[in-house]
Amino acid sequence: MQTFDLAAEGLRALNATLQKQNGTTNQTAWEVVNPKGSHALAVGLDAPIDVTVKGSTGYYCAGMNKQATIRIHGSAGPGVAENMMSGTVIIEGDASQYAGATGHGGLLVIKGNAASRCGISMKGIDIVVQGNIGHMSAFMAQSGNLVVCGDAGDALGDSLYEARIFVRGKVKSLGADCIEKEMRPEHLEILRDLLDRAGFDANPEEFRRYGSARKLYNFDVDNASAY
Amino acid sequence: MKDKTEPKIPQTVPRQSWTFSNEVNSEIRRAAATGIYDIRGGGAKRRVPHFDDLLFLGASISRYPLEGYREKCVTEVTLGTRFAKKPIKLDIPITIAGMSFGSLSGPAKEALGRGASAAGTSTTTGDGGMTEEERGHSKTLVYQYLPSRYGMNPDDLRRADAIELVVGQGAKPGGGGMLLGQKISDRVAKMRNLPKGIDQRSACRHPDWTGPDDLEIKIMEIREITGWEKPIYVKIGGTRPYYDTTLAVKSGADVVVLDGMQGGTAATQDVFIEHVGLPTLACIYPAVKALQDLGMHRKVQLIVSGGIRTGADVAKALALGADAVSIGTAALVALGDNDPRWEEEYRKLGTTTGAYDDWHEGRDPAGITTQDPELMARFDPIEGGRRLKNYLKVLTLEAQTIARACGKNHLHNLEPEDLCALTMEAAAMARVPLAGTDWYPGKNGF
Repeated sequence: MQTFDLAAEGLRALNATLQKQNGTTNQTAWEVVNPKGSHALAVGLDAPIDVTVKGSTGYYCAGMNKQATIRIHGSAGPGVAENMMSGTVIIEGDASQYAGATGHGGLLVIKGNAASRCGISMKGIDIVVQGNIGHMSAFMAQSGNLVVCGDAGDALGDSLYEARIFVRGKVKSLGADCIEKEMRPEHLEILRDLLDRAGFDANPEEFRRYGSARKLYNFDVDNASAY
Repeated sequence: MKDKTEPKIPQTVPRQSWTFSNEVNSEIRRAAATGIYDIRGGGAKRRVPHFDDLLFLGASISRYPLEGYREKCVTEVTLGTRFAKKPIKLDIPITIAGMSFGSLSGPAKEALGRGASAAGTSTTTGDGGMTEEERGHSKTLVYQYLPSRYGMNPDDLRRADAIELVVGQGAKPGGGGMLLGQKISDRVAKMRNLPKGIDQRSACRHPDWTGPDDLEIKIMEIREITGWEKPIYVKIGGTRPYYDTTLAVKSGADVVVLDGMQGGTAATQDVFIEHVGLPTLACIYPAVKALQDLGMHRKVQLIVSGGIRTGADVAKALALGADAVSIGTAALVALGDNDPRWEEEYRKLGTTTGAYDDWHEGRDPAGITTQDPELMARFDPIEGGRRLKNYLKVLTLEAQTIARACGKNHLHNLEPEDLCALTMEAAAMARVPLAGTDWYPGKNGF
């Protein structure tokens, strides 16, 4: 285990060091201490390494991650794992706004709650939240899966494309063009796999599935009132 | 008995309403028939105060000129000198603006790269991500970071020579975009991670930041991902250029790109294009003033776009304080857009050469703003690149000609003092004297 003291060595040195890793050496496990809510921690990584941040982070932790597994032993600020391409990001606490925004791939696990706009414009990422999520989550979500073990706030899945949303608790309201859909066996299988990978003990049968009604896919003046 | 005939009363010429012109009435009829607003490409078509309303004074006894064809007039520019480890050095201060693959064909993007590289300047991606045609043929490529994040990935960020964080554009400041389904080919759909054939909305706001404090952190994240190597541009539409430029600088921009309302777009509502935003001419003075007030003029570079057509436009923008200009619509025309050779086909589409602006429909006879394989095949990227290079060279030569006539051995030495205005409006916007006077509106409180 390599330990990196952010307070002593600074952000640029941390990111440069982690970005240089290629996963072929024995330096595959890293621990970052004294994060103190710093922004842009462990961004742009591209190697199968394991990074543990001992504390809470500011904006954009694990941004554009590829391959790496990043664990945050605290809560995460806005935009955690934004535009993630692959790999895994696990947050022990809560996540602020825009968690997993525009993510193209990988798995984001949030053990606490996620604030508004979780999974906004997601493009293939899988997000599993053990708690609740805030309003406007999965806005314009294109693909991937958003799993919520708790409740969802207002306007869930507004202007949704092909992303799937699974919610176990209550949904305060659905956004434009987002509807509840039948939970078929293949969806239960997808959900079971996601819950397993996230390490959450939950029964897929208790969830409901939401998706796009696909009425806004091509502009039609008769749908103008939906916007 | 005298013949009695009624006197013939002269008829007045039928009078058309200025308010309800034929053009206006045709739009009313179109709206009444369809129930939907008009969507089109391009920038503002209305007449607004522009560079044509300024003149250079030239040299005489009080100023002496440089010899054309003999004395040097430098044109190079360096962009991104504030924070980036690897600023961009261009031979000419005329860059190619961002235009997306999707709105343009792959060969058209290739031609832009070829032409820009041959002329010693940069080209810019656009919504939809970076294509191999463009990266492969562009010596210097600026990668746009847009609200949609279509195709965004860290590998392309690192392959770029600079990164342009797009907040807005002049044709539709405050608006997003829509690439209609008919242009969504398999390739475009795959790059954008959406099904083929559906309309693709480009958001008007970034999904993961709001306001200048967030923007500062976002810029820092991008710098951290790219090792602080790349110049970071911030592109804004012309709305409140003084404050927006100030905030872009505060947020850490290396370069501010300022786009006026004549700047083009692939598609948006005509009412938006014509009624929102500032003319390019009105944007430059406030932006330069903001940089000067911050002590950052020439340290944070300013690129101006929106309606640049000639070397005179280039020279005027630089004289007002810009470091470089950017062209989009003019570059497409140089490639062959709206060319009279396609007049018969334009007429079939209900338009005519010079007026064709339904780029979003994907039926461009010139094969430039389309994804239709048959139409795309009409466009030769090598010839297109050659034409663009020629055009960029002409713009540069024209700007140099004017600069020498003003006694300047570098295009950046042009200054507001070299200019006068033909109209009160232009004088007020550009803060240069009305021709033959030493006054502009507002000077000394009048």
